Parts: sequence; structure tokens; C-alpha cells
Amino acid sequence: MSTQQEQPQEPESQEAPEDPEMRGAESPQDKRLKEKEQGLAQEETVDESDLEGKTVHIKVFRYDPEVEAKQEPRFDDFHVPFEKGMTVLDAVMYARDEFDSSLTFRHSCRQAVCGSDAFFVNGRQQLGCKTQISDLEQPIRIEPLPHQEVVKDLVVDMDHFYDQMHAVEPYFQQEDLPEGDLEEQRQSRENREKVKMSTRCIWCAACMSSCNIAAGDNEYLGPAAINKAYRFAMDEREDEEIKEHRLRIVEQEHGVWRCQTQFSCTEVCPKDIPLTEHIQELKREAVKKNLKFW
Amino acid sequence: MYEHDVIVVGAGGAGLRAAIAAHEAGADTAIVSKLHPVRSHTGAAEGGINAALQEGDDWELHAYDTMKGSDYLADAPAVETLAQDAPDDTITLEHWGMPFSREEDGRVSQRPFGGLSYPRTTYAGAETGHHLLHVMYEQVVKRGIQVYDEWYVMNLVTGDEPDPNDRECEGVVAYDVQSGKVEGFKANQGVILATGGPGQAFDHTTNAVSCTGDGHAMAYRAGAPLEDMEFIQFHPTSLPSTGVLISEGVRGEGGILYNDDGERFMFEYGYANNSGELASRDVVARAELTEVGEGRGVEDEYVHLDMRHLGEDRILDRLENILHLAEDFEGVDGLVEPMPVKPGQHYAMGGIDVDENGQTCINGLYAAGECACVSVHGGNRLGGNALPELIVFGKRAGRHAAGEDLGAAEIETGYGDDVEDETETELPVAPGEAGLDSSGGVAADGGVATEAEGLLERAVEQERARVDHLMDKDDGVQHAEIRAKLQKAMTDYVNVFRTGDGIRKALKIIRECREEYQDVYVDDPSRTFNTDLQQTYETRNLIDVAETIALGALVRNEFRGAHWRQENQERDDENWLKHTLISWDDGEPSIFYRPVILEGEDKTYEPKIRSY
Repeated sequence: MSTQQEQPQEPESQEAPEDPEMRGAESPQDKRLKEKEQGLAQEETVDESDLEGKTVHIKVFRYDPEVEAKQEPRFDDFHVPFEKGMTVLDAVMYARDEFDSSLTFRHSCRQAVCGSDAFFVNGRQQLGCKTQISDLEQPIRIEPLPHQEVVKDLVVDMDHFYDQMHAVEPYFQQEDLPEGDLEEQRQSRENREKVKMSTRCIWCAACMSSCNIAAGDNEYLGPAAINKAYRFAMDEREDEEIKEHRLRIVEQEHGVWRCQTQFSCTEVCPKDIPLTEHIQELKREAVKKNLKFW
Repeated sequence: MYEHDVIVVGAGGAGLRAAIAAHEAGADTAIVSKLHPVRSHTGAAEGGINAALQEGDDWELHAYDTMKGSDYLADAPAVETLAQDAPDDTITLEHWGMPFSREEDGRVSQRPFGGLSYPRTTYAGAETGHHLLHVMYEQVVKRGIQVYDEWYVMNLVTGDEPDPNDRECEGVVAYDVQSGKVEGFKANQGVILATGGPGQAFDHTTNAVSCTGDGHAMAYRAGAPLEDMEFIQFHPTSLPSTGVLISEGVRGEGGILYNDDGERFMFEYGYANNSGELASRDVVARAELTEVGEGRGVEDEYVHLDMRHLGEDRILDRLENILHLAEDFEGVDGLVEPMPVKPGQHYAMGGIDVDENGQTCINGLYAAGECACVSVHGGNRLGGNALPELIVFGKRAGRHAAGEDLGAAEIETGYGDDVEDETETELPVAPGEAGLDSSGGVAADGGVATEAEGLLERAVEQERARVDHLMDKDDGVQHAEIRAKLQKAMTDYVNVFRTGDGIRKALKIIRECREEYQDVYVDDPSRTFNTDLQQTYETRNLIDVAETIALGALVRNEFRGAHWRQENQERDDENWLKHTLISWDDGEPSIFYRPVILEGEDKTYEPKIRSY
């Protein structure tokens, strides 16, 4: 089942950034840190003290192909007692443990590194564990990631996402290793810095779900897979030949050239990876290498 | 039924490393994991990998620090193997593309960690575990190793022989979380458990919700003893509201702990006059709680960890991830204010009793990583020693299971000639008596099956019946209620500071949990992605594991490493240089002991007073 057909759909979350040039120059994370420094950080939507002692109203998407009463997708309302620091994940866990043990979602680490609890919260892809209730307007709508098959409730089928990740040969391929027992490959600090952000991907699929192009072209590699290719193509420890092989993979018909620089992936990435920039940089590299493009 | 040579249960650091090694040794290898590999909790490790890589350092120093850190409860052959293999195995990760932090000359960087005499912690920012996990998963993909992800392993399949040493592990029974299908997995050569820690036995933990001690409990019920379970590490710096970990790397880089009076209490009150904040974890955790107990804590709950003086550049270079964690989960900007921290359950030093090759006393059953106890950590694990354990012993278990000769092990397992029986301990309740749903135990039906296929079929039928029973039952108790009660009891009574009376209270509550579990049911009627069913299985495992932790804590009437007892605040080398072993025997736990091996290759590690 596709969420697009069956589920009452929020307006699409993709918005072009106001000034793409600016976005390219500065990552959302840099921007956030800078704003913070200048005391301009966005105020919380709701003052936490106003919520204390109250309940939070969440509307959770429900669907189960097997259970008659849940075959028709719907939203269930839960009223969860608020506690300071409560996140969206805390709220759905409370609802599950106290009210309805059949409420189903993936979650594990609770600290934004396992990547399993990306949901569509109030119309935006977010990690449940990292999203504060006090930052959201109520009632809070919690839905599975759009453009993915729904397995049950908030659980989506990740197979397609994993297939795309695997399609870029996501593993280090330098076979010519230094000799000597404990001799490592040298990597400059600058080069590590260059690939650093790309290595932070937690495979949550928020970016893929936010991408208009991926929604329309099932074969498009998508931002996460292209970022994975970037991670290796830009690592100086792999040699030029392998780099060219990697560029050939991403410059194929359903690769980097499909990206229309809408920045929606960069906007939603919970690890602040400049995904759109990485895609653009691979386009430039492919042009420089004089590879055929579509 | 599925069939492979080697089946690895769990896909974190140890599981992936074991699978790669078994595959390289020529075995047809498969990984069965309840999570997709990249979701594993190894990804949350922050600090680094200890390995003697640099000139001026050597494996003997690493081994010495580890023996001392363990409070002389680690086995020297295991510790020396760890220290000897770690450098090679760490560089292998680099060769696989691991993005380690670098020095100016392009070599991998190393930094100081608590309890280390040399800065030998190799790291990748403050997200070493994330990179380690992803790099190893990449290698699994590269090699085309079969992964059954989101398959929950429910039980091990072994024979019924009365002595566990005579039993053979034939495979596992698992169910496909997505479809609810229960199937047998036959392992022709071996099963390797790499299921991680049991942190969910406590309610304030740095562990993921998936860390439910599944491997511990399955091995225990199959007859392999659990070793040194009372040794639970409480990490000194977890965020108070969520338990999210703040890496020891912060103190390694020079972060300072202050009490509410602004005093640098590690020195001010003499907890560790030489090492200060970099004393080992048990020392720092007790110091923090003592400060809070004596009224010098912030808001009577926590202390402050300050890294502002390190400067923005250094923080962003080496600890950037910490800034995000403090901001996202506690609303604190580590660049402008100190971070609130308190001790949280973090790591289980004990685990399934194995030798240096990862083998348990059951033939064909292996364990590696946090679920195993080799033992290298003894009473207290040093920061930076968990990740080398994964790669060193994961690799060894994989090679051995695939049939490689690694030489005879020096460490014994199971109930052998070297064990000593239980001294009289008065238990408040007969812990295992109530038992759990009896269909899950070994030989519950008194059957006569001895061939692998017969055993597997029987085990699959048992699990299918158990699932049907849980789902057909219309009311009773839900697992979440039992789990919450268990977690609270453990945190209240089997925490950093322990008393005999408190532990007895915990054991009584655990017994109640066992009784309530008899009446457990699954409310969700669906076979599709039924997390209610999965968590009901996990809760049963947590009951078994919690019981062994509390039992071990009750019988060990001394103070060693992370195990502090109010009644005995001294280490008692005369009586307690021995491992606690608990095995599941005819429906109840039985306790016995094995002496610690302090003799290494060339020297004996003489127990000394541990001061920092």
C-alpha cells in the first residue's frame, strides 16, 4: 500500500529555500550554531512550563492489512501526560505502553544514531527521538514516512531504500594497501574534514521520503545513496580509477542529474548533512572528468 | 527451514566482525538479527578503540592497565589476547576505510582515556561506534554475506543431555518480524551469539531499548552459565533526563567535573588525587553520587561537566557530536554552559561464560561482544576497551566456528574440574521456582529426539505453540507492566551502591515478575510486525538476566570494581579472586565459582591496591 493513495495526505513538505545561494554557502548546522551565538535561535513554539501537568494531544496514523478494523487507514487520538523534555518518541511509547500495545513503530537507541524512528510529524520528516513535543503545534500528527510502502501503523518498508544504498557499491575499495604490520593509509586532516559530514548518515530515509524526484522516479538513487557514493569518491585513500568508477555509477540516467536542487533532503536531514551540495559536487566532478551525462 | 554453516545472532560490532571472519575462513555464513544491522547499538558508542599502536606504547602496558582496571577479576590469557590482537585488528578497520581522526602527518590519532597509562584510544570524533558499525556492515555487503534482518531469534536448539558440556547447539528458532512466520535455522558448524548488553534491565540506562539480554537468557536456559553478572558498569556521564551518553572523550580531552558549589570535587574531596576526572569509571560514578548524597549535587540529582575551556575549535574537531547530544536531549549549549551529568547503567562486564575462542561449554555455541564474558573486563571495564573486544573476540569466534585452529584455550568454561561449589547464601526467595512458561525450556516434553533435524523441528513446534498461546489468550498481564516494575526494582536496589537488604528486596520483586509473567498475553492480534509479541519475549529474557545480576550481587559479599556493598567496603582477595557463575539447572539457578587466572604468558599480575 502506498501512503499516497490511501492516506489523507498533508500538503507536500517540500519547499524551495528562499535563497539557494545562501544555503550552498552555509550548512543548516552552521547556520543554527551562528544563530545561537547571536541569540537569534528560534524560540520554542510553546513554553514548556505551560505544558507541565497537562496532556499532549497526538493523532497517530493507524493501518494494519491483517486486522479488519484497521484495514481502512485512520488516525487514532491519544492524550499523553506531558513531562519536561518529552519527545515525539516518548509520547508514542507512552501511548503504546499505557493505552494500546498494538501501536507499532520502529525505535531503538533514543539518541539519534540508529536511524529507525524517522516519522512524518506535523508534515515534516523528523526523528521521533530528537523532536521535542514543546516545539510542535497541537494536535500533533504523526504519520509514517511518505512515499514508502506502509507495513503497519508507522512502520514503512525500507527494502527499496536499502537497495538504492547497496546500488552505489557502498564499501571501501582500495586494494593496494600499505605494507608492514601496522601501517595505515595516510589521510590528511583536510580530506577527513571534507568527507566528515557525509559519513554521518544513519540511513533513516528522511531525505528519500522528502524528495519530490524520488517520489516520481522509483529508480532515482536518491540523496542518501548519492551521499554514500560521495563519501567514498571524495576519500583520498581510494585511487583515481576507483573514483571514476564511482562517478560512472552516480552519473547514470537515474543518478545525480535527476536532482533538481530543491534542498528538501538537506532541510530534513537530522544529521545536518549538506546532501544537496554533495550531489552538486558530484555533478561537477562528473563534468570535469568529461563523463557522458544525460 | 534455513541452513548455513555458521549462524551469527545479532548484527552489531561483534556479530558483523564474527560473520566477516567466518566468511573469510570459508564458511557459508548468515546473520540473523532483530534489527537491520545499521540500527545496532554499537552505533551509539562514542569514545574509541584502545590499541597499542604507537612507539612508546606496547601491548603489555595495555594488558597491565586492563588487569588493574578490572580490579584483578579479569583472566590474564583473555586480557593478553585482547591487547596483542587489538593493534592489527584496529588497523584492519582503517584498511576497510574507517574514518579515524587524524594527526598532521595523516596517521590515526589517539587520545587519553580513564585508567590508561598511555593515550592509546583510537577514535573517530565522538562517534567511533557509528563509524565502526557502518564500516563493518559495508564489508558484509561487499562480501555478499546473507543477512536476515528483522528476524527475532526466540530460542536456541540444543540436545537434551543432562550435562550441558555434552550438549550440541544445532541452530536457532526465529520469526520474521514483518510476517510473523516462525522458522528453524540449522547451523552445521556453529551458532555465534552477539546480541549485546542487557541494559534494559535498568530504567536509567545509556543502552538502546533493543538491549534486552536475549543472547544471555537463551544461552542460560540452554545450559551455558552466566559469569560475573553482578558487575554492571554505571557510566559517570549520562544526561539526567534521558540516559543519553556523554563520552568519556570529554574528560579525556580535559573536561572537568564540578559540584553545585563549583568545586572540582574529584580533587577537592580526594576521590582520585592523581587522575582526577580520568580515574576509572566506577571511581568517578561513586564520587558523583557521594557528592549528591552529601548535598553538593545540582538540584539534588546531578553534577556539572564543563568543557568550555577547551575552546570551540577543539570541541568542534573532537567532540562535536557531544554538542548536538547536549543540545537536542538536554537543551544545553556545551559551548556556553556546563552539561548536567549523572551515572547511568552503561555496560555489563559479565555475560555468557566463554573462552578466548568465544566457545561456551555447549559444543557449537559461541558468544562474543557485550553478551559474552571472556573475561577481559573483570570488575570494571576501562573506557575504550569495549570496541577492541568486539573486533578481537568477534573475529576469533568467527574463525573458530568456521573450523580454524586457534590453539587450545587456557580458560575453562562450564561446570568443570576447576569449579568450587556455592558457599551457603541465604536467599530471600527460591528464585527460579515459579519458573516461566515451561514450554520454552530444554527437553520440556521429555522427547527423545537426538538428530539435529528432529531437534529443530521440535523446537520450531514449541515456539509456534508458544506464540499461539500468547496471541490466543484474551486477557492477563501485559509485558510493559512487568518490564517497568523490573526496571524500577533494579534501579532502586541493584544500582551503584548496594546493600544486602536492598538486593533481597529486588529478588523478591523479580520473583513476583516471574509469577506475573505466567499470565502474560499479547493484545495485538496481528502477525504483521507485532512488536507487542517481540517485546513480550524480550521481557522474559530480562527477568532471567535481572535475576542473575541480583543473585551475583547478593552472594559477592565484598567490594570490587563496580560492585560496591555497604556491608563490606573492602576488596577481599583472600575469598573472592574468583568468578561467579550461575547456571539454569532444572528450573532454578545454581551458583558456583571459578578461580581468576592471574598468570599471563610471561608474568603473573599481582593484585595491588587500585589508586588513581
